[in-house]
Amino acid sequence: MSDDRAVAYMARTRAYYEAQGFDRAYQYAHHDDAPFAPLPKPLSECTLGLVTTASLRPREPLEPREVASAPVTPVPERLFGDDLSWDKEATHLDDVASFCPIVPLEALVGEGVIGALAPRFHCAPTEYSQRATIEHDAPEILRRLRDDGADVALLVPL
Amino acid sequence: MPTVIVGSARDIVEHCAVARFLFVDFPLGNPCGKPWDGAMQGRIVRDAVSLFETATRTQTTVISSERWGDDGWRARYMRVSDDNRAELARMGEALRRRRAARDRRPEVG
Repeated sequence: MSDDRAVAYMARTRAYYEAQGFDRAYQYAHHDDAPFAPLPKPLSECTLGLVTTASLRPREPLEPREVASAPVTPVPERLFGDDLSWDKEATHLDDVASFCPIVPLEALVGEGVIGALAPRFHCAPTEYSQRATIEHDAPEILRRLRDDGADVALLVPL
Repeated sequence: MPTVIVGSARDIVEHCAVARFLFVDFPLGNPCGKPWDGAMQGRIVRDAVSLFETATRTQTTVISSERWGDDGWRARYMRVSDDNRAELARMGEALRRRRAARDRRPEVG
């Protein structure tokens, strides 16, 4: 049921920006395949790294975005995303766990479902340029995840 | 590195192609559960990480059974209609002016 009702975001975004007078439609990232890295050991022995598209501080709409990292302890009280596209009429970002799930993940570590949570989470800048993401930001985030000892990564876009 | 994505824009994520995807059919912004609903957030995040062990091939999508409740957001988000067409055109013009002003600013450093 939910499958049929899923919002067609690419088509809706295209119509929205056309109505704003932008004549070149955004080219969403597209790949025919995606690499599949198998789990190297049971999840209960893995360290999990967390990646969000929210930011550590408020940004202006056209402000440059950069990869950033922060400790998972203490859990941040606020993260920010007013400069990003999400449904600001339907919801809000006041509860960090609703989009950057450090607290739910810590509970799963407590249960032994996950071995450990990496000491930092990472903020991925959403860039208009896919080249910037592929050539700069993604490798930088992977480097930081490996520095943290992460075996697997949970990616949570707003 | 094995990855799982938990997100709410199914068409965009699947167009990109990812290894493991938990689709949560919620308004964009809270893919890990409704704000302040710790029980729901716990269920969604548990389902997400379970994909590390249960997915056996790339581009695996699992649909979360969680429900947002009120479905009014589906029609409202980024709506274009005769009511807001003029306002959207004005917003676009303002954005182009801000971008042009930014691009005219000299580089510092």
